[in-house]
Amino acid sequence: MSTHKITVTVNGTARTAEVEARLLLVHLLREDFSMTGTHIGCDTTHCGACTVLLDGEPVKSCTVLAVQADGHQVMTVEGLEQGGKLDPIQNGFWQEHGLQCGYCTSGMMLTGYALLQRNKKPTEGEIREAISGNLCRCTGYVNIVKAVQHAAAAQQ
Amino acid sequence: MIPSAFDYHAPGTLVDALALLEKFGDDAKVLSGGQSLLPMLKIRLAQVGHLVDIGRIAGLEYIKEEAGFLKIGAATKEVALERSDLVRTKYPILLDTAKVIADPLVRNRATVGGNLAHGDPANDHPATMLALGASVVAQGPKGERTIPVDQFFQGLFATALAPNEILTEIRIPVPAAKSGGAYVKLERKVGDFATAAAAVQVTLGAKGEVTKAGIGLTAAGPTPIQAGEAEKFLTGKMPDDATLAETARLASQAAKPTADRRGAPDYKREMARVLTMRALRAAVRRAGGKV
Repeated sequence: MSTHKITVTVNGTARTAEVEARLLLVHLLREDFSMTGTHIGCDTTHCGACTVLLDGEPVKSCTVLAVQADGHQVMTVEGLEQGGKLDPIQNGFWQEHGLQCGYCTSGMMLTGYALLQRNKKPTEGEIREAISGNLCRCTGYVNIVKAVQHAAAAQQ
Repeated sequence: MIPSAFDYHAPGTLVDALALLEKFGDDAKVLSGGQSLLPMLKIRLAQVGHLVDIGRIAGLEYIKEEAGFLKIGAATKEVALERSDLVRTKYPILLDTAKVIADPLVRNRATVGGNLAHGDPANDHPATMLALGASVVAQGPKGERTIPVDQFFQGLFATALAPNEILTEIRIPVPAAKSGGAYVKLERKVGDFATAAAAVQVTLGAKGEVTKAGIGLTAAGPTPIQAGEAEKFLTGKMPDDATLAETARLASQAAKPTADRRGAPDYKREMARVLTMRALRAAVRRAGGKV
């Protein structure tokens, strides 16, 4: 069983840790770095509650080894707000009531954020396609789609 | 869930990766995007002493036409297929396939080589590669060899790759003029494995007759299925409704699905027929034929 000293840039700050090879990225974030905004849902690569951005692309952090993230950029939900100001995607979820229980929300927001980074004016279909790997059991997705549209409009 | 303990290696070159496989033999496993292997390690369907991560080896991610082939680097991510203009304009069957693999988040990590090397008959690329007549390139200690994909899948999760080999490239013959293909999948929900799926690639002749046909089936047996009888039947014929219907029927006869929560064998075989029919129509249409 090998251990590795890794450096991962999380929300712009380089952080180091000594980890077992089998440690998952989601556990590195939650347990080593105490950043619990990233949730563990199904733990089987289905639900997307653990979504983070790895080098800008949304991925399921329960299905990435911490050592695979060594030397890479990770963005978590804690990185959205800047200087006390909500990111437009966060504001969109607030304004459009895009959450109920909140469990899927950090993953939903990061997937929505990544979509808007590469597609400033997504159609409803493109939004639904983008979030199809993120499961929500409360909202029926309608308000989540509206929240992403709200953020897109705010950024025009 | 946590995988059982293993040693992790991140070689920077293919030579180093091959040396590690040589050293650890059966106790090593190649890690690419990890979207199949890590879930298996987590639920402990698989255990491994050494993981050799090829994700840090430069030069294994590309999509290019060269010397009569579309060449795809084994570590090319599925999302790269989706975003490739070359794939969208010339290889719509590959775009069809990439778009229905798992979900967009998984496709940001999952690789084309991994999808094949995993040897899962429920994966989506194998049927498409069978229909396209693709080959894979395996690098080993003695150099490289090319394996036709119809000889690649040997059993459930078993491929022709030796423990000391790494799949490095997929080669698809550039289709002739008037060619078209399609992949049609039935899934219970986004992200699910196929209940059934069919890949069809055809080339049409001057009169609109089928001069070449490739048909592959997903989740239809212990290995991905090539519907050889159906291919033979279709070749040389005009793709009219009756001919396509008989082709689809023959393809479904090649399916040997097993019962699971996605359905009973009879249902899956019938779905294989229906989906093959849809894929046939789409392929002929994309080849410029009339259906």
